[in-house]
Amino acid sequence: MPVFDLATTELRALNQALHALDKSGVPEDFEITNPRGAHAVAVGIDAPVNVTINGSVGYYCAGMNEQATVTVNGNAGPGVAENMMSGKVVIKGDASQYAGATAHGGLLVIEGNASSRCGISMKGVDIVVKGNIGHMSAFMAQSGNLVVLGDAGDALGDSLYEARLFVRGTVKSLGADCEKKEMRAEHIDLLTKLLADAGITDVKPEEFTRYGSARTLYNFSVDNFDAY
Amino acid sequence: MTYKNPVTTPRKSATFDDYTLSEIRRAAATGIYDIRGGGAKRRVPHFDDLLFLGASMSRYPLEGYREKCETAVTLGTRFAKKPIELKIPITIAGMSFGSLSGPAKEALGRGASAAGTSTTTGDGGMTEEERGHSTQLVYQYLPSRYGMNPRDLKRADAIEIVIGQGAKPGGGGMLLGQKISDRVAEMRNLPMGIDQRSACRHPDWTGPDDLEIKIQEIREITDWEKPVFIKVGGARPYYDVALAVKAGADVIVLDGMQGGTAATQEVFIEHVGQPTLACIRPAVKALQDMGMHRKVQLIVSGGIRNGADVAKALALGADAVSIGTAALVAIGDNDPKWEAEYNELGTTAGAYDDWHEGRDPAGITTQDADLMKRVDPIAAGRRLANYLKVMTLEAQTIARACGKNHVHNLEPEDLCALNIEAAAMAGVPLAGTNWVPGQGGF
Repeated sequence: MPVFDLATTELRALNQALHALDKSGVPEDFEITNPRGAHAVAVGIDAPVNVTINGSVGYYCAGMNEQATVTVNGNAGPGVAENMMSGKVVIKGDASQYAGATAHGGLLVIEGNASSRCGISMKGVDIVVKGNIGHMSAFMAQSGNLVVLGDAGDALGDSLYEARLFVRGTVKSLGADCEKKEMRAEHIDLLTKLLADAGITDVKPEEFTRYGSARTLYNFSVDNFDAY
Repeated sequence: MTYKNPVTTPRKSATFDDYTLSEIRRAAATGIYDIRGGGAKRRVPHFDDLLFLGASMSRYPLEGYREKCETAVTLGTRFAKKPIELKIPITIAGMSFGSLSGPAKEALGRGASAAGTSTTTGDGGMTEEERGHSTQLVYQYLPSRYGMNPRDLKRADAIEIVIGQGAKPGGGGMLLGQKISDRVAEMRNLPMGIDQRSACRHPDWTGPDDLEIKIQEIREITDWEKPVFIKVGGARPYYDVALAVKAGADVIVLDGMQGGTAATQEVFIEHVGQPTLACIRPAVKALQDMGMHRKVQLIVSGGIRNGADVAKALALGADAVSIGTAALVAIGDNDPKWEAEYNELGTTAGAYDDWHEGRDPAGITTQDADLMKRVDPIAAGRRLANYLKVMTLEAQTIARACGKNHVHNLEPEDLCALNIEAAAMAGVPLAGTNWVPGQGGF
């Protein structure tokens, strides 16, 4: 297994080696040591490989990931797994702002807490946070699922579209056009699967509350003046 | 005998003119601000207010057609492994599939490619039509990130991070329900028929320090091959350009208030942002102060219509220009041949700007399957190529007359201004004087 020590190796060499995988077609597992908060670690991968990062990373780790499973044994800075297309990203510690921003697919698991704007503008990704999430999470979220085992901060789901939000704890406040929704059997099934994918076995789907778009702001009306 | 008051000519208010009155009535009737496409329609100081001096005793002109006047421009020489080489200093600005029809996007790609220049995607992602027909395609990275994906990022020739645009610096895009067709909805991952108001800020960075890291990420994803452009609206050009350089841009695109948009509020288009003419010198000064003029290329857009505008923008220090509205006109937008249909829409050819409604008789700013058939991408592409070549020939004509063997050798000293406002904005003397107003700073 190739080991890239970022204390002695240039980031560019690491990412180019990871990009070469999609051309060679040879699945290979990578280990990255001493990331020391580096930005853009393991970005733009398009191959079914396992990448393990031992330490904390800076901005945009695993950005635009496709197919790969990236595990961070540490904390992640802003924008982890931003615009991910597929694959899986697991953060063993906490994640900063914009985790999973605009991501189209795949699964992002944050075992600690996530900061503000978690899942902002998400476009199909599944995000599971074992801890709490900060304010303005799922802002303008278009599709996908955000599962939070802890609490959510202010303005959850502001201006969201069709993304589904599941929160087990409390929600400090809901954003514009976000409302509590009924948990139907299909949602229980979906949550069961998402929790299993995230390796969570000690929590029941029935403990969650579902939130989604009230769809009242989808088309402009002057009678919604107070909401604008 | 009764006194009869003599009748005077009815006098309308200059403040409350007919357009203003109609807008008050429209707002009262609908309860929504006026939304339209295009750029500022008000008169602002522009390139028409500048003149070239030409050659005489103190400068030698070059022979037209016989002595070479180069027009090529290379974009992205600062960091990118693969800069873009353009034959002409005129590019096609970012316009989205969604705001424009598929055939219109194809026509832009064909025309630009035939003329040896680039075209640009828009809010909504990259379509096969434009990738397939554009030899040089700039992929826009917008706040909404609709359709953004690493595969298109890697097959683009350059990446343009959009901070803002001249029509609406500080505002996001709008695509109202009428234009969210099945294909547009799918590309943007949105429900069909909703009003789509794009974000105005990027979701995962705030400010130039973050942007520097974002650019590093994009470069890492694309193995440092692609030029990274930063597009800003004409807000605070000196500081915006300086910060864009600091953030790591290879190329800066600066769009003045006459630059078009697919749709936004009229009040935004007409009242926010600076005229293109006012933006260029501060932007060039920022590059010069940082020792980056010609190292980080500057593309200017917003109201470029002909070769004289191109030459003037280059003389003020731009490396290239970009056209949007003019390109749409070249492929058939607002063509008088559809006058009867414009009249049915309550407007006239040349004034039609309700592009967001998706009923464009010319088939360009629409997703209507029947209307878009009116655009023949091959013929329209040829028209655009012709127009781009004419503009280039015109710019060469002026450059030769000023004794320049490359359009980039045009300089502010080749210009004078017809009025004080333009002289101050362009930093060139008022015609007939050696007076450059406004030299105290920006």
